[in-house]
Amino acid sequence: MRRLALALALVVLPAEADDRRSGFDVMGPDTQAMQQDDTANPGILWVRDGEALWTRADGGKSCAACHGAVESMRGAAARYPVFDGAPLSLEQRINRCRTTHQGATPLAYESQELLALTAVVAHQSRGLPITPDADPHLGAVRAEGERLFRQRQGQLDLACSQCHDDNAGKRLAGNLIPQGHPTGYPVYRLEWQGMGSLQRRLRNCQGAVRAEPYAYGSAELVALEAYLMARAGGMPLETPAVRP
Amino acid sequence: MPKPGSAPSPAPSLASAVALAVLLTTQPAAAQDALPDSLTGTKGDPARGRAIVADRRRGLCLLCHSGPFPEERFQGTLAPDLSGAGARLSEGQLRLRIVDARRLVPDTIMPSYFKVEGLTRVAPAFQGKPVLSAAEIEDVVAFLTTLRD
Repeated sequence: MRRLALALALVVLPAEADDRRSGFDVMGPDTQAMQQDDTANPGILWVRDGEALWTRADGGKSCAACHGAVESMRGAAARYPVFDGAPLSLEQRINRCRTTHQGATPLAYESQELLALTAVVAHQSRGLPITPDADPHLGAVRAEGERLFRQRQGQLDLACSQCHDDNAGKRLAGNLIPQGHPTGYPVYRLEWQGMGSLQRRLRNCQGAVRAEPYAYGSAELVALEAYLMARAGGMPLETPAVRP
Repeated sequence: MPKPGSAPSPAPSLASAVALAVLLTTQPAAAQDALPDSLTGTKGDPARGRAIVADRRRGLCLLCHSGPFPEERFQGTLAPDLSGAGARLSEGQLRLRIVDARRLVPDTIMPSYFKVEGLTRVAPAFQGKPVLSAAEIEDVVAFLTTLRD
């Protein structure tokens, strides 16, 4: 919790006291240019698909039927995960909307449709500061996320924090280790040649330390998301980000 | 929450766990900083050791370390250069640092290469297996002792 308080405090401190860096700041100029040019950023293709899905009637009702234009989602993604009976990621919110309001089936994690809808919703917050939701239920969720972030795991027995807090800026083989701020999800990752969620990224790292990844949508991954978004509080959202 | 890493382990891992426990408790007090005895009772092969060190899926060493491997691009900057390791450290000191560096530096990022117990959520494919076998560790030790400058 002390760390969380520190992360939140950083939001209101003057800029010179904030040494947090987005993955954008530390990646190569070519990749930065790709992200910044909407005609070159491959993630924009998912945003465009998401715009079409937003108005498509699934199960008899479209997203737009309740929410109106997708622009009404401005600011929404910047405060996720939220608490609504349980901790809820943006993907889970979309699927809950589908099952309770649209009468549609939930979309599979990492399906192109769920990535597209998440991308178009998060894109509405591009440039806005990440604003952790104030619901007091989320305190315990973030604390659990921080505990998991600092827990060694896998055959290599390494914690997220050992790379992304203690050794950010150094190179793991040829790759610069970022501070691990989830500022642009879903992201187009060159290594994936495709779009992916923050949970996919977290599971990748678990595989790298030879741990059994947490399941998509599990309490563990949502807790990690909640902690990491609070840790990145105040940093601007970049969706769709491009990353190496 | 299930903890695969703490699930009952097959016999080979138990054997290596016992072997490690014995190794770590039977070394002379003067050798707290080293494991003087070979894990296999024999000398390793430096050529095989070099191949293991350079293999990013077996030894994993170059993910974090750099070293005298001119043919290998993209070496890590997270850990000391392996050049001269054999001059800086004795054979026994090198062995301990590979087997269980955490005995010396509890929060090190250096994995304990011979550890199979006390781990969390180990992926099924790796459960009950050390990162390297005793023979592989001896090969790596034999190679590192040749790095004199």
